[in-house]
Amino acid sequence: MRKTEVPQDSCLLDGQQEICYALDENGHYVLAPTAGWEPKNIVNLQAWGLIREQVERAFAEVRAGRRSPLAYHMARHQMDVGMLAAYTGLSRWRVRRHLRPAIFARLKPALLERYASLLKMSVAELGALPDRPQLTTPHLGEQKL
Amino acid sequence: MKIDFPHNQSAHCESGVTANLLTHAGVGMSEAMAFGIGSGLFFGYVPFIKMNYLPLITYRGAPGCIFRKATKRLGIDIEQSKFRRPAAARQALDRLLAAGTPVGAQTGAYWLPYFPPALRFHFNGHNLVICGREGDDYLISDPVFPGLVRCPAEDLERARFSKGALAPKGRLYHIRRAPQQVDLPGAISKAIADVCRVMLKTPVPYAGIRGMHLLARHLEKWPAKLGEEKAAVHLGHMIRMQEEIGTGGGGFRFIYAAFLQEATEVLGRPSLQPLSERMTGAGDAWREFAVIGARICKTRGLPSDTYGALANRLRDIAARERRIYLDLAAAIP
Repeated sequence: MRKTEVPQDSCLLDGQQEICYALDENGHYVLAPTAGWEPKNIVNLQAWGLIREQVERAFAEVRAGRRSPLAYHMARHQMDVGMLAAYTGLSRWRVRRHLRPAIFARLKPALLERYASLLKMSVAELGALPDRPQLTTPHLGEQKL
Repeated sequence: MKIDFPHNQSAHCESGVTANLLTHAGVGMSEAMAFGIGSGLFFGYVPFIKMNYLPLITYRGAPGCIFRKATKRLGIDIEQSKFRRPAAARQALDRLLAAGTPVGAQTGAYWLPYFPPALRFHFNGHNLVICGREGDDYLISDPVFPGLVRCPAEDLERARFSKGALAPKGRLYHIRRAPQQVDLPGAISKAIADVCRVMLKTPVPYAGIRGMHLLARHLEKWPAKLGEEKAAVHLGHMIRMQEEIGTGGGGFRFIYAAFLQEATEVLGRPSLQPLSERMTGAGDAWREFAVIGARICKTRGLPSDTYGALANRLRDIAARERRIYLDLAAAIP
């Protein structure tokens, strides 16, 4: 890749620049800043699209009363049962049980607090569902995919 | 307290950390050179190891190996440690900082507050250098960022103890002592021989050139086996691994070509220069692969953009790289 061909397709980096390696006019390698590259933006947006789908699916299930709000917050943090279990130090089957609404509703405050502090929220927020699914990257909402 | 640390923005986190730590220890080094003597270049496709239901595809060696191999080949005394308890991990870090030692750390990317939201994935192979502390904030030289960044102690602790695949377990590493004189040419030769060996003579079909051919065989069957939608997700995953932040473009092939260019001068072997150019060509071929692959992902591919055509491109790249490594192995002392 030549330095003059280094792509500057800004999209996901919030104006930040990465470094890539390119050849200058004398054929020497130099560090060249890049704002992004279209093919890479496409696949990154694809990955975010998948995460968003998962969050929306979890949200719908919680709203329908099939799963507890924990399922939604788990998806929002791109976690699965195994990862949530590792973070909280609980066994997988307990975490899986806590995804059931009836069992979640009866959880002791200490356990709720454990989940809430891990997910950086209050216990009240943990037990509630917002009006619509929220993802930590809201500005991707306007992106084309 | 702030350690005077040479922060140079880099393409890749671990080679950047290695180069900056070495430079601080008096062994001045570019990122490409650190990547090269750490033999960072690799290819691996392990279909049965899944991350997020997607197969493991990598263009570089395992996390930690660049620092380990580079320092070992230069004869530099290092120390690494992992921790079970976050409190012990924090104490060890503070002790080293108080002694004026910049400390490398493996972390997860998800909990680092200074990361742009779009890059916050649960990826545990990130590396950075902690080079100071002010109150409750640590000063961090994260090589993929242009300048020093601040990170609250609590967030850094989360990142150091992130969970999931390749969990860092608070891993810290630092240079204890560097010799006055290092044998750079010797390290370069050993490192190049190492890369040629793993790329050409792997005993398993998942690594090196064999891994590329295996991926090509699987890739052309993805649409039939997984359906169009999932096939596109697999393809997108492959391209992300190739181009996502930290590869310097073309799945590390450009950064390796830069290393070969530097090695030409250090070793005084003009015969390496054409190999650097050919490695650049391989990087360009990977980039073309990504362009077509991304077009398929966006389902607006040209009629000629098929998985079969992509697989053939991958085979061409494999054949091309095979010849490069053969000639490279013959060109070093």
